[in-house]
Amino acid sequence: MSGTFVGMPSFPEAAHAAVGNKTLRGNLRHATHTIRAKRAKAVAEVSDWAQLREAGRQIKDHTLRHLDRYLVQLEDAVTAAGGTVHWAADADEANRIVTGLVKATGESEVVKVKSMATQEIGLNEALEAEGIRAYETDLAELIVQLGKDRPSHILVPAIHRNRGEIRDIFRSEMGEWGRPAPDGLTDTPAELAEAARLHLREKFLRAKVGISGANFMVAETGTLVVVESEGNGRMCLTLPETLISVVGIEKIVPTWRDLEVFLQTLPRSSTAERMNPYTSMWTGTTDAGTADGPRAFHLVLLDNGRTDTLADQVGRQALRCIRCSACLNVCPVYERAGGHAYGSVYPGPIGAILSPQLRGTESEIDASLPYASSLCGACYEVCPVAIDIPEVLVHLRERVVEGGTVTRAGNKVVLKPAKGHAAERAAMRAARWVFGHPGALRSGQRLASRSRRFLPRTLPGPGRAWSASRDLPAVPAEPFRDWWQRTHGGQEAR
Amino acid sequence: MRVALFLTCVNDTLYPNTGRAVVKLLSRLGVEVDFPMAQTCCGQAHYNTGYRHEAEPLALKFSDVFREYDAIVTPSGSCGAMVRELYPRMGERARAEGRGEAVATALAPVVPKTYELTEFLVDVVGVTDVGAYYPRRVTYHPTCHGLRSLGLGDRPARLLRAVEGLELVELPGAEECCGFGGTFALKNPDVSAAMGVDKVRNAESTGAETLCAADNSCLMHIAGTMARLHVGMRPVHIAEILASTKGDPLV
Repeated sequence: MSGTFVGMPSFPEAAHAAVGNKTLRGNLRHATHTIRAKRAKAVAEVSDWAQLREAGRQIKDHTLRHLDRYLVQLEDAVTAAGGTVHWAADADEANRIVTGLVKATGESEVVKVKSMATQEIGLNEALEAEGIRAYETDLAELIVQLGKDRPSHILVPAIHRNRGEIRDIFRSEMGEWGRPAPDGLTDTPAELAEAARLHLREKFLRAKVGISGANFMVAETGTLVVVESEGNGRMCLTLPETLISVVGIEKIVPTWRDLEVFLQTLPRSSTAERMNPYTSMWTGTTDAGTADGPRAFHLVLLDNGRTDTLADQVGRQALRCIRCSACLNVCPVYERAGGHAYGSVYPGPIGAILSPQLRGTESEIDASLPYASSLCGACYEVCPVAIDIPEVLVHLRERVVEGGTVTRAGNKVVLKPAKGHAAERAAMRAARWVFGHPGALRSGQRLASRSRRFLPRTLPGPGRAWSASRDLPAVPAEPFRDWWQRTHGGQEAR
Repeated sequence: MRVALFLTCVNDTLYPNTGRAVVKLLSRLGVEVDFPMAQTCCGQAHYNTGYRHEAEPLALKFSDVFREYDAIVTPSGSCGAMVRELYPRMGERARAEGRGEAVATALAPVVPKTYELTEFLVDVVGVTDVGAYYPRRVTYHPTCHGLRSLGLGDRPARLLRAVEGLELVELPGAEECCGFGGTFALKNPDVSAAMGVDKVRNAESTGAETLCAADNSCLMHIAGTMARLHVGMRPVHIAEILASTKGDPLV
């Protein structure tokens, strides 16, 4: 399996294989149900959860509305604290900047803090192409990297793997990247964690360059915040001499006080912890000899479709996301299709509204993502920043079937309707006409009732999607409206 | 009080017994209900598939047909949610498209007076014991739009618990979607079917004879899955249970 998602098939096609994979279904079911129950318990403990959720929504909306101002304020504060700010319009530009910065240090390897933004831009592949090795240090990201696999979850990227599979990956792959797995490694969590610890320690101690993302950036002080559970991120943030952080522009909050809200909602929503174990905060650079921390700090502010997303009145709420993964863990579609089917580093419900906005709806996978939901609404219910994911999904479905005006690279562009929806569009129009004429509806109902003994139990063509797994309902002898007219004498409408 | 039954196109065409049950139940409770013959479809399938502009004329027609009534009752959580949650949104979107207030104004009257059946019974008629008799072990599946969009809460369970002879047993994973999702069932058939199978297996594990829900679209998917899996449970709309009496039982 390759490390990128380029050329992914549509969601239903990718999901077909996942649904039939018993091991994967078992792994995902176990993991999502466990974390789902824990989250519910952790959230129920907080008496003002609804208010925290609303506060989070408002802080994010306010910040996004004044993003131009806060970004400049952040840049000034980071610069004043000794850091350097770089602006990247897209993935290529961000990769060029980071690659150039690493090369300037003369180093050929970097250690990485778990980061969604660097996954989004394919930074590891870009560094590799320039002869620079990037080592993932988050345990789950390490598993994914060693297994030449792709992440399938935002928080737990190796959620699709069970302990036995992880032991096998460690045994066969660790030696190629550094210290091999200890002899006789078993699949107990403690032994697996110890093997990773030993493997990673030599990398932490050797690395001169660290690369991170950030969960939050505080505009008033230029402080960046990384929230993690293992402490491996803390190692990368404090040991190397140079730190490069690649952060999406929507990760900004105006003040330290705003963190109060998110540092309560994020841990409970993601890992179901009351308080986050390792919260690292840094502001610019650290002078040699005074404290642990980088002597050189670069912040790469990443747009990559975010400003275009911000231009969309309905879709912009996706930018509130704090990457907690609660929507993935509660989603019945994610649970059965798995993260890889979403063809993006952002899987699950949030991915289904983020990817088609950041990347556009033109590719097969991106045009299919808005439909990767039964609109059950469980995602919206658990979202700690109240993103109405079903609303955005339906909005993006409209974009797929109707086309319309969108913003791309800052310019207004008129999209054509996506291909492959002609028959559906015709059926929808026909249905609308029938429903606009009660007489026509009634004729259709009567025809179905009269011929009901001859109707097939399974359907041909697109109808097979239904009847391959479900029986069709029996057509009644008489539709309701006929019974009503017979017994209550209603006036026939045309 | 002039009460209209908005039966929904699916019930009218495929589940007339649910409609007859609503009429029988409401009459028994002293509520006279009318079925405006010009009604057809609320436009939900169009809207949720991305065809909002095709759904709009259906919504406007719905408002024309029902606006003069004092209350509009529907035995469908999702069609009720379409009117209550999504009609206002259609108005907002039309406004955002520079088409003024016309759509919002036309749809506004029907929004607050549309009730899902169990809501109407508990909140408007003010009953939980509707005098029904149904001597079976029943498990209840709360359908997603009724549960999350309308917030039906424990209304259906309270109504069912008051039914004479009925034993209500809890459904494991009750709040998980059954996998129907309208056109989702056709666009993502594998995931939809897998969700349906899990729902049926959970229902089967309760030992109940009847699986009850307040939306026939979801029941159509669940029933179709049950039939394919040869599970001998009976899927029944809540209206049919509540309409059933000793003198005139649901058979």
